[in-house]
Amino acid sequence: MDNNWPLWEIFVRSKNGLEHRHFGSLHAADEDMALENARDVYTRRNEGVSIWVVKSSDITASNPENNGELFEPAQDKVYRHPTFYKLPDEIKHM
Amino acid sequence: MSNEQIKNLEEIFEARIARDEKIEAKDWMPEKYRKTHIRQISQHAHSEIVGMLPEGNWISRAPSLRRKAALLAKVQDEAGHGLYLYSACETLGISREELYQQLHSGKAKYSSIFNYPTLTWADMGAIGWLVDGAAIINQVPLCNTSFGPYARAMVRVCKEESFHQRQGFEIMLKLCNGSKEQKDMAQDALNRWWWPSLMMLGPTDAESVHTEQSMKWKLKRKSNDDLRQQFIDQTVPQADILGLTIPDPDLKFNKQTGSYDFGAINWDEFWQVVKGHGPCNKQRISARVAAWDNGAWVRDAAMAHAAKKEELKVKIAI
Repeated sequence: MDNNWPLWEIFVRSKNGLEHRHFGSLHAADEDMALENARDVYTRRNEGVSIWVVKSSDITASNPENNGELFEPAQDKVYRHPTFYKLPDEIKHM
Repeated sequence: MSNEQIKNLEEIFEARIARDEKIEAKDWMPEKYRKTHIRQISQHAHSEIVGMLPEGNWISRAPSLRRKAALLAKVQDEAGHGLYLYSACETLGISREELYQQLHSGKAKYSSIFNYPTLTWADMGAIGWLVDGAAIINQVPLCNTSFGPYARAMVRVCKEESFHQRQGFEIMLKLCNGSKEQKDMAQDALNRWWWPSLMMLGPTDAESVHTEQSMKWKLKRKSNDDLRQQFIDQTVPQADILGLTIPDPDLKFNKQTGSYDFGAINWDEFWQVVKGHGPCNKQRISARVAAWDNGAWVRDAAMAHAAKKEELKVKIAI
């Protein structure tokens, strides 16, 4: 039996009103232990008010090799930005 | 991939670093970059883990509850720092198990300073003040290193490290303002930790084999000798405040350079300790291996418990 504890990714909300942000990862036997360990490893100085733990193997990530086809098409779509549209000077705020 | 293609990728890669772009774990990287980072980050993680051992000895012997709480918190931070760094290292494709294996077998190194014994309570002061002081000088530039996961881990480490140095200095200050025996104890600790702390900043530039490449990859921002000079210049005035004498008869302020000149470092001693012949090398590794081996049943039990819980969940679902 493979007895190495699996890897978990840790997300912490630093205060209400903010999103959970990726803080790092750690090993734990199960989700309860992952939460307890995350509290000790990542919030020793009041860094958080809420923790999410996700098994690393459950995350699907994009591959940087595909960055071209994934992200470059957005670069030539300048018409998605407000500055693309010319307005008469008289209009101050729009 | 052909050699030509690899050369091309390497050029693009080096240019990205030169532009201060960060490299993330899944990005293409030269094999040497990966290996160098695994070596340095794991060495750093191992140092945090082994670094707990000389201090752990004093937790139950701390002279007051205040000191005990602070030392416990410091040692807990070190465990945390080790964990941040191990997980940064694992993003490069090496498992935690392999990393521990390298530490336990002696294949991987850790900072040689932790192979010196902690004989008195004043050593807790000297370690915080000097060893953590030198570590901070080493670590601050790494917050800007090119490998993203390492840089992010270092930002956390550096944020937490300054309390370590301050609590050490406070221990020294208290002893220096105490009885003659207490002040002597502080001086004795400084005498024993001064030179190893200077060595901790690494071999002289002439002997440092990795410097040039590491500078390029921003794994290093200043040379070992520059860092050492910075440490000495910052620490000597602090020793004056304590009323302690730095154990170096050649130490003298140089008006021209605005820095302190200092005596020769015993590099034979440094290499002896690095090679495993320091006063506590065997003791440190055997304590670490024993802790790991004796904890095996706990790790196994936790996994068995997790499996049982999972089974129960499936049964309820059916």
